[in-house]
Amino acid sequence: MKRSVLIVLSVLLLLTLAVPAFAQKPAAQDEFVPVTGTPAGAQETIPAQRLVGIAYGFIWVVFFGYAWSVRSRLSRVEREIETVSRRVPERK
Amino acid sequence: MMKKIFPVLVVVAAAMFAYAPFMILAAPYESTMGLVQKIFYFHAACGMAMFLAAFVSGIGSAGFLFSKKPSYDRMAVAGAELTVIIGLIVLVTGPLWARKAWGVWWQWDARLTSTLVMWMIFNAYLLLRRYGGLGSEKLAAAVALFGMANVPFVYWSVNVWRTLHPKTSVIPSLQPGMRGPFWFCVAAFLLLSIVILMLRTELEKRRQELDALYLAAED
Amino acid sequence: MTGFVGAVSVIVRKDLLVEARTREILFTTLFFAVACVLVFAFGFVREGRAVSDAASGILWIAIAFSGTLALGRAFERERHGETLRALLIAPIDRPALYVGKLVGILILMAAVEAVVVPMVALMFQAPLFDHALLMIGLLAAGTVGFAAVGTLFAAMLMRTRSRDVMLPVLLYPITIPVIIAGVRGTAALLEADGLPMARAWLAMLVAFDVMFVTLALWTFEPVMTE
Repeated sequence: MKRSVLIVLSVLLLLTLAVPAFAQKPAAQDEFVPVTGTPAGAQETIPAQRLVGIAYGFIWVVFFGYAWSVRSRLSRVEREIETVSRRVPERK
Repeated sequence: MMKKIFPVLVVVAAAMFAYAPFMILAAPYESTMGLVQKIFYFHAACGMAMFLAAFVSGIGSAGFLFSKKPSYDRMAVAGAELTVIIGLIVLVTGPLWARKAWGVWWQWDARLTSTLVMWMIFNAYLLLRRYGGLGSEKLAAAVALFGMANVPFVYWSVNVWRTLHPKTSVIPSLQPGMRGPFWFCVAAFLLLSIVILMLRTELEKRRQELDALYLAAED
Repeated sequence: MTGFVGAVSVIVRKDLLVEARTREILFTTLFFAVACVLVFAFGFVREGRAVSDAASGILWIAIAFSGTLALGRAFERERHGETLRALLIAPIDRPALYVGKLVGILILMAAVEAVVVPMVALMFQAPLFDHALLMIGLLAAGTVGFAAVGTLFAAMLMRTRSRDVMLPVLLYPITIPVIIAGVRGTAALLEADGLPMARAWLAMLVAFDVMFVTLALWTFEPVMTE
């Protein structure tokens, strides 16, 4: 019972979120004819420093995030090995 | 084993990585693109590291398929994971640069498309290993071989087709001031990749030990 | 021990005989391919007519999607009848087993394409058969490339968990270059001065075929054995 209520509510929520997306489209067609390719002036809107900063920041985060993830998985496995290897001699 | 070299490599790699931004800042600006071109040093170096990771995975896979030794399989999975991670970096830093240099985030030219495809293949490798159940290591090895076969295709794609992406000839003809930082970054990333591969294969080895222990404990 | 060609023809004949009884895979794949064309066509329709360049893309998407379905069904049949074990025990070369299954799939896909290609040509007013030999060459080379990888993966996934979703997950990234070459070759063929380009794409397709078939033959045995 509760699950179906949850599902119905989620669907309604998603629909309400989608409404603004649909609402914008007719306005765009009335006022502005879309240009194929990039609109002129797009290159000037985002500052280069921000792009460079995001790029380098992303690289650091991903690399160190991954290295950290491997390290933590490794220590978790090593801890498990310790506990299980204690069980094995006990069984025997 | 290799445990003695490992801390040394980590320190060296970390030091190189920490020093690299200073070298990059000191390097000359590129004439047309200005500051945003500085992404190149890490982006292109990561591209090379991605090829290395893909090769490691492919060679490990071939070794595993034909010799069945688990050490090859560990190499294969470590290489595949690293290919996905570095590939993600390449596919994100490239568009960040492209937005300024070309005016678009993405273009379906030969280099970008083939890189994305290769990245997807190694993602598929990881999905198969994770959700394929028993015996999926061998099947995934076949996938990695196809992935590795893509590497020359991705590399040569810029030279064969007309692409927005710069050709490979850009590297040998770099300005003198850029060469030092670039090759330094390449070395840093290759070293870092080796460090991570060693760590990841160690993790896989311990996991296999753990599985063996669990089996022994059940007896 | 039967020779290579003998083993291949035995396997092909077996598959065709089994299929001929029910024609299940043929009809369902054909219907699915046609449905694909329709679904994608509607995505590209403007004022009642389809966008002119869409024909080549839609054709190859339909081939790829229906091919994946056919592969899945063909090997599901093997798995269901447990004939795979019998085939693996049989005293034939593993490569012969692979080639036999591949030829069977190719025949099936050729039959589907024989219907879908004229259909696309008609519905999109695309003169696909103005240069019939080149078109058939593109179709053949593209289908071989796709099926070569598909047969390997469908066979190896037979005992895998989640095999139904794994096949597309593995197959599409690897065969995207083949599909791209097929689409661009067909599109070039439809252009006025596109013939040299179309032939270049055909050459690329043949190169892919050689690489894929070689890789598949090389890996089939270790991947299928315990």
